[in-house]
Amino acid sequence: MSLTKTERTIIVSMWAKISTQADTIGTETLERPFLSHPQTKTYFPHFDLHPGSAQLRAHGSKVVAAVGDAVKSIDDIGGALSKLSELHAYILRVDPVNFKLLSHCLLVTLAARFPADFTAEAHAAWDKFLSVVSSVLTEKYR
Amino acid sequence: VNVEDAGGETLGRLLVVYPWTQRFFDSFGNLSSASAIMGNPKVKAHGKKVLTSLGDAIKHLDDLKGTFAQLSELHCDKLHVDPENFKLLGNVLVTVLAIHFGKEFTPEVQASWQKMVTGVASALSSRYH
Repeated sequence: MSLTKTERTIIVSMWAKISTQADTIGTETLERPFLSHPQTKTYFPHFDLHPGSAQLRAHGSKVVAAVGDAVKSIDDIGGALSKLSELHAYILRVDPVNFKLLSHCLLVTLAARFPADFTAEAHAAWDKFLSVVSSVLTEKYR
Repeated sequence: VNVEDAGGETLGRLLVVYPWTQRFFDSFGNLSSASAIMGNPKVKAHGKKVLTSLGDAIKHLDDLKGTFAQLSELHCDKLHVDPENFKLLGNVLVTVLAIHFGKEFTPEVQASWQKMVTGVASALSSRYH
């Protein structure tokens, strides 16, 4: 599965807007799965998960920055996320199903904050892009 | 929420974002592009049906299985819809609600809706055999 030119254009142009709210988007993107899919909290026993906690904010920023890296290297997401891919495979070992859950919650966050931009086409592009990112992050699992 | 608009939006987006779901709708005419799908009157009409049914669910949250028993049989025996599609549609609906309600669609609100769409998906698959 690879992104068409149109899909890449949509992602890159929306990212310009998204990055201006990167920190709050990051926090919200993490809060959502913790509430909707509480099993995701099992990966964060060492975190203070109260909404707005410093750890949540810091980690949310990390996640959004990584997505940003993928956007900036949208022609070579595998290369851009190679280290993260190893981290997830050998150290974090987050069960692959969780990438779908997080991706969905990032989509919901974007939809809520950018309703006018989140057309059906944009929705499809983002779903596909996050699917590619998830694949890259799990490709070294076994 | 306007059930007609939201229904068409939800079903349309399912068909755009997950094109393989179009397999159930050969008789719907032009589904060749995102704009064709979102503007297709059959998609809008069917989307309204689906969302109206979900509206009924909200009135019977304590007995989703009973409410959806017949629809469950229909989806299994006549329509032959893989239950995975119910999850996909549920998540698309959640996304459409997020677009509609913006800030109001907080993580807590989303969590309630996720529970509901999961309940509906489960009820719709309960009569599969």
